[in-house]
Formats: sequence, C-alpha cells, structure tokens
Amino acid sequence: MPIDVAAPVIANRPLSSDYNVLALAAPAIAASAAPGQFVMVKAAAGFDPLLRRPFSVFEILRDETGTPTGLSILSKRIGPSTRLLYDARPGDRVAVLGPLGRPFTIVEPPVEAWMIAGGVGLAPFATLVEALRARGVKTTLFYGARTGAELFHLDFFRAHDVDLALATEDGSVGEPARIVSPLDRRLHARPADAPLMLYACGPEGMLAATARVAKRHHRPCQVSVERVMGCGMGGCYSCVVPIRGDHGGFHHVRSCLAGPVFAADQIIWD
Amino acid sequence: MDLSVAIGPLRLKNPVIAASGCFGYGVEYADAVDLSSLGAIAVKGLFLAEREGHPAPRIVETPAGMLNAIGLQGIGVRRFVDEKLPELRARQATVIVNVCGTTLDEYVEVSKILSDAEGVAAIELNISCPNIKEGGIQFGCSLHGTHDVVSAVRKATRLPLIPKLTPNVTDVASFARAAEEAGADAVSLVNTFLAMVIDVETRRPKISNIVGGLSGPAIRPIAVRMVYECRQTVKVPIVGMGGIADARDALEFMIAGATAVQVGTANFVDPFIWPKLVDGMRAYGERHRIERIADLVGSLDTRKRDHEWISS
Repeated sequence: MPIDVAAPVIANRPLSSDYNVLALAAPAIAASAAPGQFVMVKAAAGFDPLLRRPFSVFEILRDETGTPTGLSILSKRIGPSTRLLYDARPGDRVAVLGPLGRPFTIVEPPVEAWMIAGGVGLAPFATLVEALRARGVKTTLFYGARTGAELFHLDFFRAHDVDLALATEDGSVGEPARIVSPLDRRLHARPADAPLMLYACGPEGMLAATARVAKRHHRPCQVSVERVMGCGMGGCYSCVVPIRGDHGGFHHVRSCLAGPVFAADQIIWD
Repeated sequence: MDLSVAIGPLRLKNPVIAASGCFGYGVEYADAVDLSSLGAIAVKGLFLAEREGHPAPRIVETPAGMLNAIGLQGIGVRRFVDEKLPELRARQATVIVNVCGTTLDEYVEVSKILSDAEGVAAIELNISCPNIKEGGIQFGCSLHGTHDVVSAVRKATRLPLIPKLTPNVTDVASFARAAEEAGADAVSLVNTFLAMVIDVETRRPKISNIVGGLSGPAIRPIAVRMVYECRQTVKVPIVGMGGIADARDALEFMIAGATAVQVGTANFVDPFIWPKLVDGMRAYGERHRIERIADLVGSLDTRKRDHEWISS
C-alpha cells in the first residue's frame, strides 16, 4: 500500500539550468521502494498546479547505519510543477505518494545488464545499479543526452564499476550520435550465447528504437515508460499504453498499475 | 450527528460518493481506502462490450482543473459483474454502477444485467459523457432523448435510477425535470464541461481527442449554481458534484440543494481524502448543532439580511 508523506526537502542540488536533484525526507517510502518504482509528487499546496507528477525514485538516501532516511528525484524543468521543484528550498514540504508501480525484474549472474538511458530517463538506473551490483551482475550504461553538460552522475556509475558508453547529440562528449547507435553496434559484437538483459528509460522515440534493436538481436528488454499521469493509483485511466492482444488487436493498460516497467515486446510502438 | 442520507430508495451511511470515472472499479483503491466507509462508490462507466478508449495523451492540467478525454475505456458489464463485483461485495462497498450505451437498447440491456447481479445498489445513467461520438451525450443534450432513455431503463429495472446530467446545455434544470418525469429516482450533476487546450508552440491540441471534459475546483461555482437551479425545479434528490476538494466544498453543494455529493478529481490528488471529507462534515454539523446532515440539504438562506453592526 502506498504512503502519502508531506516530506520536508532535505536538499536541492541544481545539476544544470534545467535539471535538479531534490532530496526528500520520506523514509517509509524509501524503505519499501524497489528499483523502477515511482512516486507521485505535488510540488505545492493548493490548486495551481492541481495534480501530482510522477517521478522515478532516483536515489535511496541512508544514514551512516544504512537506514533509509529519504529519497531523491531527478527532475527536469519543463512545466509549472518542475519549475517549482527546481526552486524548492530545504525545509519546504512536498507531498510524496508512493512507492507505486511495478519495479524492474532484476537479473542474476551470469546474465549481464545493459541499461539504456536518455536524458532524464537516467532516473531509475541509480537504484537499479545498486541492486544489480549487490548481486554481482556485470553492468553497462548507455547514456545519451543533448550535450555533455547534461550527462550527470557519471562518477556514481564509475564508482559502481559500471562500464559507460556515452553519446551526445552535439558531440561534445562521447559519440556524436543517438545512444541506440552504440547499443546496436555492441549487440552485434556480443556472442549470441552470452546472456543479457536490456533495461531502457527515456524519450518515447528512444524506447521505440531500443525495442526494435532488442528484437532484431533477440534480446529481452524491459522499458520504463513515462506517460501523462493523473493519479498513479489506477483511478483516472490517463496513463495508458497500447499492449498487444492475445489474438491480435491491442489493449490499453494503465502504466501506473501494469507498469511503468513493461517488456518491450509487449508494447505496440508506432 | 447523523450523516445518513436517502437518495430516493437508496440509503447511504454518509453523503460522500466516489465519482464515476475517477475511482476505477473501486478495487484499485481497496488497499488504500476502506470502501465501506464511503457513502457509495460510483464505478467507471460500462457498456455491454469492452472498449479501449482514446489514445494517450488523455488528460492535461488547466488552471485549478484538468481536461480529460478518456473515451470510456472499460471492461464491459459482464466482466465487471464476474471480476470486480465479488470483491466489492466482500469489501461491503455500496456500489453505484455508471451505465453507458451507444443505443437505447444497450442502456436497457446493461441495466438488466446489473439488475440480476448481486451487490449493485443503484444505476447512474451516463447520458452526459462529452468524449464519445455515439450515444451518451446525444441523449443527454435532447429533452426527448433524456426522457426516452430514462423511461426505457425505468421499465427494465427496479434499481434506484440516477441519470447523470451534462452541464453542456442552456438549461440543465429542464433536463432534470425531463428525467424526473420519466421516472428517475434522483439526478446527478454535473458531468464535465466541454473544453479545449492548445499548445501554442506546436499549434497542436494537448489531448488526442482535441476536446475533452473540464473538471476540478475551477468549475465548482458553475456546478453549485446548476445544482441550485435544479433544486428549484425538481422534487427528486440531487447528487451534486463538480470540483469538490474538501468538506466545505461538499457542504456548499448540500446547502445549494444536493442530498449527496460525488468527488472525483480531488481523489487523484489525494487518494486518502475520504475520511477527511466525512470527518469535516461531522465537525461542521457539531459546530452548527445540526443533528442530521440531511437537514442541511437546500437550506440556502436568501432572506434579505438585516443591517449588521459588525461589517463582514
């Protein structure tokens, strides 16, 4: 069952003029959140903005004994709610509802994990890496952004022995390409009998391209989708994803309940 | 403080109802909310067949409100009876089923199936969804259509019958009267206001259906006015809704003439709102020494005010 907390802001760290990491004192949610799950955040009291917004849990914050003290979210300033979250100050209270949704399925060795992140789609992979590395799974992060200045948290992933493949649209860091290009190349080079799980989160176009590449190489792939979401609880039916029907056709399923993590080959990508 | 109210033959332990289309089939909230603590839950609208609804994006936020065009996605009445109703019965929820149709016959057929099912307390007749092409609002925007569909379903069921009215008409009270004359036990209003949001950078509509229904606190004063107008016109009980976000908002509808209220959009923001609403009503009743919340219904004081000694 999800918990609703009026969480005090512990810290707000700007990463760029658009991105920030907001640390929130919501220990009960943090203690029960699994990698891939999300929280619904209301940036301010009152009716403007009215609705909560969904955010992947970015980090689980812990004290020196390892006890969860809160969680952080990775936010990109794109509208009224994320503007307020960008400007939040320590001590402000932010309503946090969670944890919600179905988490990633975490593989075990000898399966390797390749994560594909685009922009703010990096968010679910910090906690996923911790879970994978705790099991000794060899991991690679394919991470793409518009510019090198928008590639964040690289030291964290290096510190967890994550192999990094970077790409930027302006070519300032890594490959001057979309991130699916190096992914496709590395998949070509990998022996077919070496087991692998792909995890992807990012813009819809990147997820669709990743799903195509995964299918072509016969690799399983879990995607975390982002939809306009009204409630996070299954009440509003706004966050639907078209899923293949058993006998052709499709069904709309709510990504808050059936997702946000789906097997990539379940989804009908236009 | 007695919070119970009667919607015609339907008795509710309190006036707070979860609004259709905003609470799934109720089971989604069963772990978070004691479903039996609500006056009733109005489940998502049902046709005979399953429907997939419109593509995403289906909602967009507006000032103090939101626009939706879900397109009445639903599992169909038979799957509802088989898969959802048993759990709702076990949770002792008072279940109002929102009934949809593309034809008059479909409304009748769905209502008959629900009349034979165990655990349905009432039917809310959806003649007001603004987001589908056929049926629904076609009936709800014509006085004859409203009369015909309500009378046809009236003949087919003994369940309490509550047509849900659209505000997208010139005179909602005349539609309440048409429903009353056709045998409705109560009316519920308002459904959402047809509205539209455009992204000026891309010149594209913000939702896939181009237009949708506006809900939330922004519409509340209009909805209160419409409930008040209907209270002047019909004798049957009114279930009021439109932007209720706390107990005071709910009480405003009751003073205007609603016997019970539905809450929708506010549940998206706060899924734990239900006990807060009920407790807030009880506290108000005690503060104003009202023994029965039902005594508040339609108690609007429009007498000329005496000159007061203290400016207010």
